[in-house]
Amino acid sequence: MERVLQNKIANDNGGFTLVKKELIQLIDISKSFDGQMVLDELHLSIHENEFVTLLGPSGCGKTTTLRILGGFTGPDKGRVVFDGQDITQIPPNKRPLNTVFQKYALFTHMTIAENIAFGLKIKKKPKSYIDDKIRYALKLVNLDGYENRMPDSLSGGQQQRIAIARAIVNEPKVLLLDEPLGALDLKLRQEMQYELIRMKNELGITFVYVTHDQEEALTMSDTIVVMNQGYIQQIGSPESIYNEPENAFVADFIGDSNIIPAIMIEDKLVSILGTRFACVDTGFGNNRPVDVVIRPEDVILVEPSEGIIQGVVSHLIFKGVHYEMEVQACGFEWLVHSTTLFPVGKEVGIRVDPFNIQIMNKPESEDEEAVIIDI
Amino acid sequence: MKSIAKKIYIALIILFLYAPIGILMVLSFNESKTRAKWGGFTLKWYLALFQNEEILRALFNTLLIAMLSSLIATVIGTVACIAMTGMKRRAKSVMMGITNIPMLNADIVTGISLMLLYISLGIKFGMGTILLSHITFNIPYVILSVMPRMKQLNVSTYEAALDLGSSPLHAFFRVVFPDLLPGILSGFLMAFTMSLDDFIITHFTKGVGVDTLSTKIYTEIKKGIKPEMYALSSLIFVAVLTLLVLINLSPAEKKKAE
Ligand SMILES: Nc1ncnc2c1ncn2[C@@H]1O[C@H](COP(=O)(O)OP(=O)(O)O)[C@@H](O)[C@H]1O
Ligand SMILES: [Mg+2]
Repeated sequence: MERVLQNKIANDNGGFTLVKKELIQLIDISKSFDGQMVLDELHLSIHENEFVTLLGPSGCGKTTTLRILGGFTGPDKGRVVFDGQDITQIPPNKRPLNTVFQKYALFTHMTIAENIAFGLKIKKKPKSYIDDKIRYALKLVNLDGYENRMPDSLSGGQQQRIAIARAIVNEPKVLLLDEPLGALDLKLRQEMQYELIRMKNELGITFVYVTHDQEEALTMSDTIVVMNQGYIQQIGSPESIYNEPENAFVADFIGDSNIIPAIMIEDKLVSILGTRFACVDTGFGNNRPVDVVIRPEDVILVEPSEGIIQGVVSHLIFKGVHYEMEVQACGFEWLVHSTTLFPVGKEVGIRVDPFNIQIMNKPESEDEEAVIIDI
Repeated sequence: MKSIAKKIYIALIILFLYAPIGILMVLSFNESKTRAKWGGFTLKWYLALFQNEEILRALFNTLLIAMLSSLIATVIGTVACIAMTGMKRRAKSVMMGITNIPMLNADIVTGISLMLLYISLGIKFGMGTILLSHITFNIPYVILSVMPRMKQLNVSTYEAALDLGSSPLHAFFRVVFPDLLPGILSGFLMAFTMSLDDFIITHFTKGVGVDTLSTKIYTEIKKGIKPEMYALSSLIFVAVLTLLVLINLSPAEKKKAE
């Protein structure tokens, strides 16, 4: 309770004024299973009070990273530093972190209250303290009065909330969550996303969250770490990851996008499919091959005469808020989101505002090349 | 028509299976010493049984061996299951094979080979060798009933307990053990039954002067059949039957609870 109050005060004084301190550092972590490299010299800093999401396709090493943080898997190489202290060799039961497991992992033979009290009893807290904590935690996860129920009698979403309650009563500095909403249906998942953000703000602790769902990551995170095949592809805020993807993998994984090979003619001028477009990026050199990313909502369809290039609408789907169209132009299929309908077969012009053209370096090493082929 | 035939068929099977034991039980209440004629109902053979020091001694040995061997086998078997769960798939299947083979072995082979082992190691025959032998043949039964539970186990509950600050040992007893308990209990009961039931292996590994009920019956019968032995056999049968019913009941109850 005290902690929550303190945080409220901190937030009232203006949450942004606090200088964020590095809480966790993963330093050059490598890990392989059966000779297969899963994490390769991974380097990551997590700040206090941050909502960090590890995002990437299935099998890219997210869970392994989280398990190394929790102490359930030891790295082959590298160090885990927490609050300035090397905790690489410290077993999970001695680490000041708590985990919410993917499949709830509730103790089925214990009541909800006993589940929540588990960690506090080990720490030999007095009974009145434990009872207060149970009530507080159940209130936080919106399940007051469930003390004496058994885990099996709860729905999936409720069980997940109990798993969260069980973890947070221990007042960890960091909560690790491995795809906690993965097993829930869409509606419940969206509800729980808001719940989790609320809980994080109320508790004022660091969340390290694992998901393969890019929408979830964009909605919830302060910082997103995009991973693929054991490498970190990009670290940044949801906005920067979405608007300024650093490579084709990130651009493609985060939302729909048009990724087009192009030539950077000079600063602020790029040749896309043989046509010159103005852009805002500089410093790529002259006549260098690059990739450009243009988000579908940034492709503007106009009358053919007004466009920079011309094409023909080849597909049309109504998506509720907007129409999704494909336009065949200059030998490339452009994905377009627009609230204005252009029927299939219609000739259209395409325009893109300079600041919506994102230039990316072409991958250099073979490793990175492989990443792209894998998409 | 068909269903009547079915019922007769089942009745015949049960008759052939249980008639010998039925006759044995009837004879154990027979006043007359000869098997040929019914001399009236009596409990005197049962009374005589409980006044016979040697038989009581053998009963005590049997229960002691059954209790100790099944307890020890349960501990070893359960620990073995935990160890096997941590193994790679290949190693695990090899281990499972090794533990299963003794169950398929004929008792007489197991008995004689254990006897030869004790002789070659110079171990003195007696209660100790019986106990060792019973532990040996009981372990596979424990593994067989604990392993399926182990497979169903959700490993992340163990990790969740560690995460909440439990030591590995505390996490095991608080979280893993309750999930394994039904398997461990039925393994224990199975081992207990097998131990009560055993004659051949005990016969080869017991040494002179030490007897369990089954070997006692065997020695007595060689001297001439006494109706006390009918009474004793009936009691053993009822005891084993009760245990088997218990074993079969426990998983059924578990299922209902789920
Ligand atoms: N205990 C393990 N033994 C062998 N391989 C493993 C083990 N854990 C993970 N892996 C492998 O490591 C890779 C990354 O797994 P994981 O970290 O679970 O990915 P993610 O959570 O991103 O889906 C996968 O190829 C997986 O098969
Ligand atoms: Mg995973």
